[in-house]
Amino acid sequence: MTTVLPYATANPPTHTLAVLGAGVMGVGITTLALGHGLPVHLVDVDQERLARARERIAEELRLAQLLGALPPDTEPGELSTGTSTAPAARATAVIEAITENAELKAKVLAEVSALVRPGTPLITNTSSIPVDELAGAVERPAELVGTHFMNPPYLIRTAEVIRGPRTGDPAMAAVAALLAALRREAVVVRDAPGFVTSRILHPMINDAARVVEQGTATAEAVDALLQGCLGHPTGPLRTADLIGLDNLVDSLWVLHERTGDEGCRPCELLLSLVREGRLGRKSGSGFHDYR
Amino acid sequence: MTSQNSPLTRPLADPEAVVAELLTFLEEQTRSLWEPETDLYRDGGLSSLFAMQLVVHLEKSYGIAIRGADLRLDNFRTVRLMSALVGRLQQAQADGRDG
Repeated sequence: MTTVLPYATANPPTHTLAVLGAGVMGVGITTLALGHGLPVHLVDVDQERLARARERIAEELRLAQLLGALPPDTEPGELSTGTSTAPAARATAVIEAITENAELKAKVLAEVSALVRPGTPLITNTSSIPVDELAGAVERPAELVGTHFMNPPYLIRTAEVIRGPRTGDPAMAAVAALLAALRREAVVVRDAPGFVTSRILHPMINDAARVVEQGTATAEAVDALLQGCLGHPTGPLRTADLIGLDNLVDSLWVLHERTGDEGCRPCELLLSLVREGRLGRKSGSGFHDYR
Repeated sequence: MTSQNSPLTRPLADPEAVVAELLTFLEEQTRSLWEPETDLYRDGGLSSLFAMQLVVHLEKSYGIAIRGADLRLDNFRTVRLMSALVGRLQQAQADGRDG
């Protein structure tokens, strides 16, 4: 039997992306795709957030170019934005990157799966929600794949790809082709709360925050030790600031609810920083100050 | 053709003045003293993300647009290199105005 994989030809069709959600990750993924020449339609319910996203994407494209993260001699893809998911019907792949809430994700994925052509991979970008929890909401569960892009996606070459128990081979092949067009290395893992990276990293960040909370060391000292002694590129608390402390807390709750691991219960310092609006780099301060 | 006497014409910055101004800017931003030849990222420990702040600062301060092949980290490694970039882009703009 011959298995025909979509896009596995010498002349692959042009990718056209729809990205749902104009938050940090939606903006980052859109920047990555545009910088590699792919057209993107970015959708958000909030028109003002879309306007800010356009500005942010222009800045991030410049940053990506400055840091040599984009292919040379490639014209950026065309960006369109809107509040309706209807244009997703024309996409060759849809990437959902809304807030880390399983109910909301299921609702949005259900809506978009009714619009797209059969054979169009639906990609849920999540740091911790199991793909199979969302698969029941879509019309064709075999077409749902998980990704966990790291922030910023255009600077981090590896992406975690999650195959749910119901995900089919054609969808996996389509996502592999898309990530190849984006020059990302895909590491495919099985479905579980937090998959690999968040299951390991997020409780570790929670511990790092607890060390600060208990007065053992400052955030600067924790990051300096993890960087200087253990070779971590930024230190866990700077990583937390880049993830966004609100997103991190959401992800820790997802892990705690699904694994029962008390190490995943967000520590009080994390919760208080979020209450104060100190969400990390995106708000100007978190464990560190960026203003 | 735009006249050299256009009110928008900005005088070319003195390279040494650019160096001095950038050293002050860096000192304010990082609360450290810098030398014009120090590689800010390799030897100075600054994050390469900081380079984007330098791009914006140069554009605003010297009325230049940094685009295309000029927008690469190697142009922003040292204060001296940034001063040279400012001089080159200002000169190119002035030549363009001269037509």
